[in-house]
This record gives sequence, C-alpha cells and structure tokens, in this order.
Amino acid sequence: MAASQHLVDAHSLTVSYRVEDRWIPAVRDFRLQLAPGQIVGLVGESGSGKSTVALALMRYLSSNGRMESGGSLRFDGEDLLNKSMAEMRRLWAKRIKFVPQNAAAALNPSIKIGRQVTETLKAADGIEGPEAFERMMDMFHDVNLVDPERVAQRYPHELSGGMQQRVTIAMALISNPELLIMDEPTTGLDVTTEAVILDLLRNLIAERDTSVVYITHNLGVVAQLCERVIVLYAGEIMEEASVLDLFAHPRHPYTLGLISSVPKPGQSKGAAQLQSIAGNPPSLRRIPSGCVFAERCSLVADICRRRKPPLESLGAGRWARCHRWSEVGISPPPRSHKEAGGYPRQDPIAFSPSVSSDDRNRDGGTGWGRVKRSSETLLRATNLTKHFPVDRSLSEILGRQEPSPIRAVDGVDLRLSAGQTLGLVGESGSGKTTLARLIIGLEARSGGKLELLGMDVRDSVRDRSQDLRSKLQMIFQNPQNSLNPYLSVRQAIRRPLIKLRGFAPAAADAEALALLERVNLLAEYAERYPDELSGGEKQRVAIARAFASDPDLIVCDEPVSALDVSVQSAVLNLLAELQDNHGSAYLFISHNLSVVGYLADIIAVMYLGQLFEIGDARELFQPPCHPYTEALVSAIPVPDPLHSTERILLSDDLPSAQNLPSGCRFHTRCPRKIGAICETEEPPWRQGDAGRLIRCHIPLEELTSSQRGLRLAREAD
Amino acid sequence: MLHFLRRRFLFFFFTYLVSSLTIFFLLRILPGDPARVIAGGREATEEQVAQIRVELGLDASLPQQYLTWAADFIRGDWGDTIAFRGALNRDLIIERSVNSARLAAVALLMSAPLSLALGVIAGLFENKLPDILISLLTLSVVSLPEFVTGLFLINIVALRWGRGELAQSLGWWFPSSSAVPANASFAEMLPALWLPAFAATLVLLAYISRLTRAGVIEELKRDYVRTAALKGIPWRTVIWRHVLRNALLPTITVIAISISWLVSGLVVIEYVFGFPGLGSLLIAAIERRDLLLVQAIAMVTVTVILFANLFADAAYALLNPRVELS
Amino acid sequence: MRLIADSRHYAAFERLARSQLRHPQSAVGTLLVAVFLILALFGPQLAPHPNPNDQSHDVRRPPTLDLGRLHLGEHPFGTDRLGRDVYSRVILGAGSIFQIAGLGTLISVALGSALGLFMGYQGGWVDEIIGRIIDALLAIPALLLALVLIGIIRNLDFDAGSWQAALADNVILLVISLLYIPIVARVARSTTLDIKTREFVEAAQIRGESQPYIIFREILPSVIPSLVVEASLRFSYAIFLVASLGFLGFGARPPSPDWGLMVNENRGGFYQLTPWALEFPALAIAILVIAVNLMSDGIRRAVQKGS
Repeated sequence: MAASQHLVDAHSLTVSYRVEDRWIPAVRDFRLQLAPGQIVGLVGESGSGKSTVALALMRYLSSNGRMESGGSLRFDGEDLLNKSMAEMRRLWAKRIKFVPQNAAAALNPSIKIGRQVTETLKAADGIEGPEAFERMMDMFHDVNLVDPERVAQRYPHELSGGMQQRVTIAMALISNPELLIMDEPTTGLDVTTEAVILDLLRNLIAERDTSVVYITHNLGVVAQLCERVIVLYAGEIMEEASVLDLFAHPRHPYTLGLISSVPKPGQSKGAAQLQSIAGNPPSLRRIPSGCVFAERCSLVADICRRRKPPLESLGAGRWARCHRWSEVGISPPPRSHKEAGGYPRQDPIAFSPSVSSDDRNRDGGTGWGRVKRSSETLLRATNLTKHFPVDRSLSEILGRQEPSPIRAVDGVDLRLSAGQTLGLVGESGSGKTTLARLIIGLEARSGGKLELLGMDVRDSVRDRSQDLRSKLQMIFQNPQNSLNPYLSVRQAIRRPLIKLRGFAPAAADAEALALLERVNLLAEYAERYPDELSGGEKQRVAIARAFASDPDLIVCDEPVSALDVSVQSAVLNLLAELQDNHGSAYLFISHNLSVVGYLADIIAVMYLGQLFEIGDARELFQPPCHPYTEALVSAIPVPDPLHSTERILLSDDLPSAQNLPSGCRFHTRCPRKIGAICETEEPPWRQGDAGRLIRCHIPLEELTSSQRGLRLAREAD
Repeated sequence: MLHFLRRRFLFFFFTYLVSSLTIFFLLRILPGDPARVIAGGREATEEQVAQIRVELGLDASLPQQYLTWAADFIRGDWGDTIAFRGALNRDLIIERSVNSARLAAVALLMSAPLSLALGVIAGLFENKLPDILISLLTLSVVSLPEFVTGLFLINIVALRWGRGELAQSLGWWFPSSSAVPANASFAEMLPALWLPAFAATLVLLAYISRLTRAGVIEELKRDYVRTAALKGIPWRTVIWRHVLRNALLPTITVIAISISWLVSGLVVIEYVFGFPGLGSLLIAAIERRDLLLVQAIAMVTVTVILFANLFADAAYALLNPRVELS
Repeated sequence: MRLIADSRHYAAFERLARSQLRHPQSAVGTLLVAVFLILALFGPQLAPHPNPNDQSHDVRRPPTLDLGRLHLGEHPFGTDRLGRDVYSRVILGAGSIFQIAGLGTLISVALGSALGLFMGYQGGWVDEIIGRIIDALLAIPALLLALVLIGIIRNLDFDAGSWQAALADNVILLVISLLYIPIVARVARSTTLDIKTREFVEAAQIRGESQPYIIFREILPSVIPSLVVEASLRFSYAIFLVASLGFLGFGARPPSPDWGLMVNENRGGFYQLTPWALEFPALAIAILVIAVNLMSDGIRRAVQKGS
C-alpha cells in the first residue's frame, strides 16, 4: 500500500516520559494509518496512553517526553519526525489541528474570544482585520454559536461550557485543516450538551472531508461517531477494526470485556449481572514481558505470560494483539481462581457467573443476611427545600439588602420503600447532590420535612441520634478523597463498627475483615493505605465502610462516575449484590442514565431543584415521559453502532438557579413547549400507569402518541 | 469589578482600623504605666508623670482616648518630640519620610525590572542552567541579612574597591556613609542614595524574582499555552501574549506587598548606612523612649503600605478581566 | 504523639530523605543545619574557651585558621579588641540563636496551627473575623512591630522575679511567637479548608464523630506536611529576625556572644582594626540562613511531590 494513500502513517511509535531519572515508555509500538476523510476513534481507559498518542501525532510532547528512535510518523507523505520546529509550526497553523478536552482551561482567560480566534487565522493564512472577522463570524455561525458578534467580544469565563467547546472547535476548523485530533472534547460536558456537540461535529466533519483522530474513553461516543476504532490498553494497541466489526465481533478479550462492561440503556440488574474485567492495569514502571493484558484475561495461557503477542493482521483491515484471538467470544471458558495465578480476586471475573447470593446469606456475620425489603415506607421527604444565600460578604453583613438566594432544591417530595433503589438523574446544576446532602444531613434544609420510618429526622447530622446515623450512610463520588490517606483500610472500616454499633476493638477487627470479604477484597488489604489501592478498590473499601453500620438507606452520590468502565461494572454488580443480601435501600445519584437504569427500581428526574418525573425504572425509556426525560434519554450515546435515534437537542444554557424561569422551569429549553401556559403556570403532576408521575402541561396521551422512546434496548433483550 | 473594588475598599478601612488599634493599644494594654514610660521611666518625678498623664488625656476612658488619638493623627497633630527637642513629630517624620521614599523609589526602580527579568528567564528555563544560576543567586541574596550585605557594600565596595586606583581613575564614587544634609534635593542626595538603594534592591530582588519565576512556570503548564503553541504562532508571541501577560499580572500585587517587605529592610539598611530616613528615626525614637514618635512613625508606615495595597488591587482589577466574576 | 508518629508519616519521611539525596543542595543544607545544631547543643563542650567573655587573650590577634592545611591554630578566627577568642564566641553564639529562633518557631507553629485548624474547621463568622484581623495584622511590617513591641516592653519597669520581668527577659522569643502565629494560622487554615471538604471528613461527620476527633484524627494528619514546610520557612525567617534585632541592638545584650551583636560591636572604625571579628559571625549567619533555606526548599519539594 503506497504511503501517499494515507494522510497519516505512523509505525512503531514509542513515547517515553522521564519520571524521576527514569524513562518510562507510556506508549509502545503504536501504529496508525488514516485515510483522508476518515474518522478513527482511539479508545482507552485512564493510563492507556491515549492523550499521549494525541499529542505525539502532532509531534508536540511535554518537556519531559520524548519519541524513541525507530518509529516513523508521516503526514501526507512527509516525515514529521525530521521536520524543524518552524516547519512543524507551519503545519500546526494550517493543516493539523488539535481540539483539547477542557475548553475552559484551553482558552486564555485574559484575552477576548475574538482575538484568540483571529490569532489562529493570522498564523494559518496571514489574514487579519475585517476579513478575519468575517471568516470568524462564518465559522461561529457554522458551530451554532448564538449571537457571534457578542461572543467575539467576551472573555472565556463569560461563556458556558458548551459554548467554550464550540469556540475551540471553531478555532480548530477555521483554517480548514486536513487532520483534526480531538482529545475527549465532550468529556466533562453534560450528556445533553455532549449530544449537541457530537451532532455538530458529525455534520462539520462530513461537510469538510477532514480526517479525524477522536480520543475518548466512551464506547458510546465511538459507536456513534467513528468509522474505525483503535483500542489502547496500558500503552499498546490491543485491537483495530471498523466500528461495525469491533462491536459485532471483538477479537481481543479486552475489547470484549469493555463492550460487555457498559450497561446498555434498558439493561437492568434484575435480568443479569454486568460483565466486568478482573484486576487492574499494570504499572507502567513494571511492564510485563508477556502480554500486558494477561493478568486480567480470561483466556490467558502460558504463552501469554512468556511471549508478547505481536499486533497481528487478521485480514479485512482488522488487527489484534492476542495469541488466542481466534477463540475470543466463541466459547468463553469458565475460569477457576487458580488459573488466575494467585492474582488477588478483587473483581468478579469476566464471563463467569458470580457466587450466588444464597451462599452469601448463610455465612453472614453479625446483622448480615437480614433482608429488609418490604413495601413499608422507609424515607419520606415532603416539600424539601434548600436555598443558598448568595455571597454574604462584608458588604451584606453591613446591612445591604439580601440578594435573591440560589434555589438549589425547591420543594421536593419523595417516598422510598425499604430495600428499594431510587435513581436520581439530572444535568449538573439540577440540585441532585444538594438533595442527597439534605437527606444525609450534611446540609441544613431551608424548609420541608424528612421522615425515616415515620420518625421526624432533624436537619443536621450533628443533631441526629446515634441510632439514626447508623441507619443512614453515604458513598461518595470521588474514591480519591473518600478515604483518609492516613488511615489504613482496617482503621477506616472498624471505626463505624465501634462508633455506631458499639463493637469492642477486637470484635471490630474481625468484623472489618468479614466486611472486606463481602466487598471481594482479600484480607491482606486490611493493612494497606489508600494510596496503595486502585480507584475501584478504594470505592470497595468505601462501600464496606458504609455497610459497616448496617444501614437502612445508603445515599450513593455518583459512586461509579470517577471509575473506568471495566471497574465500574464490577462496583455496580457489588452494589446490587450487597443490596440483595442486606436489604438496604439506595438513593442512587448519577448523570449516567444507563447506570441508573441498570441499578434503580424507581427513577426520579430532577431539573433546577424540582422533580419533573418519577416512575418505574423499567418504564423510563418508554413513552409517555416528560419532554426533559425524553431529551435526556435520546442524548445517551449508545454503545452500538447500529443504534440510531433521532436526538432531541437541548440548548446548552441551563438557566441560573438564582433567577429561575417563571411557570414551568423547563420552558426555556423545552422542545415541546405548547404556548404561553408553560411560561405562566406551574405544570400539574399527571399520573400515568404503574404509579408514574409526570409534571407537564401536556396530557399524557398526547405525550405517548408523539414520543418514540428508546426501542433498541428492548429489542436486544 | 466594582463589587471586587468595594470589597477591597471595605477591607482597607477594616485593616486600617485594626492596625491603628493595635498600634494604639500596644501602649495601653501592656503592664506598666505608659505615662511613666513616656516621662522617662524610673528617673521621672511624680509630677512629670502626672503632667504627661493629663497631656495625653490618660484620665479619659480607653475608647475616648483612642478616638482623640486617631482624630489627632488624622488632623496631623502628632505631638512634640522628646528625642529631638524642639521639633514637631510631624515635621520630623515628613522630612525623614521624603528621604526614605526617595531611597525606596530608587530601590524599586532598580529592582523591579531586574528581578522581573531574572524571574522570567529562570521560569522559562525551569531546571536548566540559567534557572539554576539565578536560583542560586537569589537564594544567597535572600539568605543574607540586610546588615550583612550593607556592611559588605560599605567595607568592601566603598572603602576597599572605591578607594582603589581603578575606581578613582574612572571617577566612580562610592560613599561609605550616606549622611545627607537636611533638605537636600533629590539630585544632591543621589550620590549618597545609591549604595543603600542597592542593598535594598537585593532584598527585593530575591523576593520578586522567585515569585515571578513561580508564576511563569505555573503559566507555562496551562492548557491555553499549549493551545497557543499549537496554533502555530511563533514561540516568542506565545510567551509574550499568552504566558507573560497572565504571569505578570499577580506581580503587581507582589510588588505592592513587597513595599511592606521593603520597609523592614529599610529600617536595617538606613541604620547601617547612617541614612537619615524614617527607619533610622524609628530606631532612634525607640532608643530614646519617645513612644509618641514611635506611634506616629508606625501609623505613617502602615498608612503608606495600605494605600500601596489598595492601589495594587485597583490596578489588578483594571487589568484582569476575570475579576468581574468575584 | 501517636498522631504524629503515624506510619504514613514515616513513609513521608523516607520520601523526604530520598528526595534530599536526589537534590544534593538540599542534602548539603540539611547537613549544615545539623552541624549548627550540634554546635548549639554542645557549644560549651566544643568551644576552646567556654566562657564567652573570657578576655584573657592577646587583643586583635589575626585568625590562625589555615584552610589549605586544615589547621586551626590557637585562635582560628582571631581575637577581638577585648582579647576574646572569636572562634569560641561564634560557636557559643549558635546556642542562643537556635534557642530563640527554634523555640519561637515551635511555639508559633503549635499555637498557630491550633488556631488555624479551629478557624478552618469552624468556618462562619468566627473564621471571618479572626481571618480579617490576621490579614490586618500582617499588613504591619514584621520588623516594625517587633521593634515597637521590644522598645515598649524593654522600657517598662518590673519588679525583679515577677512574671512580667520574666516576660521582658524573653521578649524576643515572645515577639517571634506573636509575629508568626498569625502567619502559621493562615497556612493551617487554608489547608484545613481544603481538607475539610474532602469526602472522608464528611463521612466522619455522617458517623457523628466529635469535633476534636474530626480535627485531630481526620484532618490534622493531612495538614502536617504543609505545617512542616511552613515551620522550616518560619525558622529561617526567625533566624534572620533574631540576627537583625541583635545587630540593631534590640536583641541580646553585651557581652553575649550573639552573632548579630558581634557584627554590630565590630563595625565602623573597629572593622579596620579587627575585620575578622565582624566577618566570621556575619559568615555564620549567612551560612546558617542559606542552609535552612536549602533544607526548607528540599522539604517543600518532597512534600509537594508526595501530595
């Protein structure tokens, strides 16, 4: 194949970073052949080296990085590795462009947007002045920036996240580049904004015939956007294929594991456990001499540990780095623990059924195995409200009038039965975390009533009884911060046992070990400290700590969103399993609808401090639903290239909770707005089948007839 | 931005209040009889003490005393000196302040550009040879007390090299003492100024350049610097437009804060060089137990520092678009 | 003390040691500080003439130190105009500077961090008011405040043996502690504010832990690294301040072997007669401050990397 056919042709690229006097190869033996106009996705979890690849393809490395010799990198037939900095700069100016992950950080905070964009044009084409301004206006129009003249006059911090990302995209596309390298451009954005940006990207790229390398951790985004996919793991390519082939017949155990780890919309815990991948990625300081995935692989054989598999061409444009690729996905052999080579079994092993929950129940320790699930009301919130006063600075203290407060939670009614999981979804800024903090008592409420088992619950956790505290526990989002770095795992777990359940120290130690086992961690973990644990392991310890007091309700605030996909599913399985055995209820908060859909029995949808819909989780993806829910559901990037929905795109300007819209709070963004009534009157709650409640002016029958819902998941079942 | 300035303004008044209270009450709350101290300690007669007590209004209540004292200060009635018989505190302080201000101005003019340049160079070459050399230089300078550098300048530079043949033939002049006649003009004073100003420059040099270096290094790591570099614009433009602009903004504040730093240094430097500034006056006042003069000097110093900080805040707010946020 | 001797901190200490070895200048700094510490602790044993005011020698003898032959001689740093051995006086002077600067640092770090932890954890108007007062106090230059305080306290009359007299005798120690408490408190407060919002503290609140438990068991261990950095920085400033006060005549009184005082006593016309009597104590001050700065740079580097 002649090199000229490829816009980008990279071979044997190895990139190292200098860390404390050692060169650590973060990316090894990378190859990429990209045809003009092609979109290739680069998928990997954290530490896979995908961002390094992004910058290496531009030949832009940080000062402690270097490209090892022996590789080649060609762009449009020219050797990039031998170019001078001046020549590279010319390429960066015009032909190769980069779209960064965090737009807020990637724009200079003290220079107006317009100047930052026209600066690009000057470098690319030497265009300045009114001509440059014209081009910029056209480009802003193309990326759907509302009121482009004003945007140009603004500073980055005055724009919303979605608008900032549009600006970086405009900046990259304005010079009509031949190659676009995008490093997770939608990560960190809300699912609704992500959908809008992806839609925009798809159109822009199609119009321009630009080649794109799209880096992401999100398989759904890849499925929806890319033609080819490269899967990276621990710095090496595991598999490369067209997107259809990859999702239909993965040829690498890692790819298969990844795809089956992601909960699909409509998949629920009742049907089957999620697949997951055991263990953790290897440390880059000690790269195994054999296959990098061997320690976590279900197909592992002797040869895998002895010899590094080459990146093999399987024909038809497919590549895989696996000795046993032909066996992948055909006959998944059940794998015994011994086969894992003594590797600690922290996560349920891929493709093997987990230990059945009945076994667990019998050997239960103190207070375990008592199933509490019933229909009795565990928690009832009535008109729960939290208003944050705005910036009480010295001037306000000195008697200036109070500014209007931020209405984070504004009259929420909730009922949760024992042993049930209530999923709470909404965009960032919807008030779901504040609601959780009100219930747990970390935030004092401004109004409303909260009852647990029919008893009034006081505002602050400080004023609550010991008994009540033990019944309400919490699991946090960020595993990094949820454990005290100066306390060992044992210390972290035994404390609630002593404090809340009155265990003697010796008994607490024994029980702490039992709890560790419940969360599938080996006993030797007891003496470890948080910085010796991976993210998933930390979250397991945090789960064990929450369960230590034998709680009735656990508030889970985005417990898996900081975890990698392969670890996430194992934690979700664990949560489901513990609930089965233990009967605790969950209030499960997430921005990820598929995750909530998997774990929850009931789902509540929150927007600007209010609930807009509550209903059975299984019905969430089906009409009738609130127009906001409908938009959220349609925005999910489904990890299946065959799936297609007509997306309902919401504008990305969430109104401020300090200055709420009148009438229905959603009317400013609602695609189904029916008229003036939406702006003036608060919508009524309407009751649908199976206790489903929707707060909308549109009658349910009308919603049902006009909505399509998300069909795919059902059909796939 | 207005909100920010309003807050800074309120803070300015609050700080002024707290520091003036501190200066005032240092004399009042400490054990012992302030009147006796002012009168001259143990040797003073009972009548002298009683007279001073009446003069100072020490028979009134404490808040009343503070208010009288503060009003007197604002009116410019800072009392008579005891240490320098016959002069008014105000005249003495104003004369010495002018001298000190000239010294400080020369020091700032010398050190600000130099230390900014050194800091920027060190930051751009982080952990490379220029940075290591500059860091070593600034570290040694920051480690030498002002009196050590001052004595070095007097004894080695002025007395040894300055009297050497080379310096004489070139007509260089290194004064070993910085005593200047009263009411000397700036031009007359300049020859006496420059060695102490150099010593003060060294004090600021290390401080400003280390903070500038840190600012540049931090800025260089920003995503938007990468964005700018990947726009393909020349590296020089990236540095000037995208790095230095943001890195040097905080140094406005740093330079204002360094005025407070400079004041401490000037006290020692003026003493070493025998320069007739506010700092050497302070030491003389303390040595001669002229506590009213001490109070007045402290108040003047604090006033200058607070105004410098206020101006820095205003300049920062004007130059930084992000301030509107807060 | 179990808190501070946490095994996590041992690990941090190891990291510190390793990082010091990687940066030889910090290792040299630490080593020099250790040498000065030994001088401070065993000065009277190590000095050839343990009485600082021993005037029994010939006056104005030049130094006999010969670095080339590593030979000390009778009076390595010479004798001053009163016939005192400068070498012995420099060694004996280490004691007072370490005592005052070190003790002042310890007191200010202990009280300042307690105040800062309390402010940071408590938050609200208590924090607001104390914080503003601290900011206001910090607007007054340290040396100015020190001179005024010392000037006033020195001039007060106290009965011998009363607590006020004891206070006046240790006025520099008092001043250093007072000056640095707000600075340390500010550092401790900002770190506490950062740690307080971490989820593990909220988990402790959810468990209903008492305030002292949360402050000391959950928050303090994470604040200690930044306190160590601040302490080393304070120590170098304290040495600087003690030396400057000694030089200005507000520190130790003659015939104390205080380095700053020695510099002051031998400047001006005396410098022409016995330059060594000024140069060696000045050099001692400079080397000690450089050493402490190098050490604290190393500590900061290690702590920043560790976090």
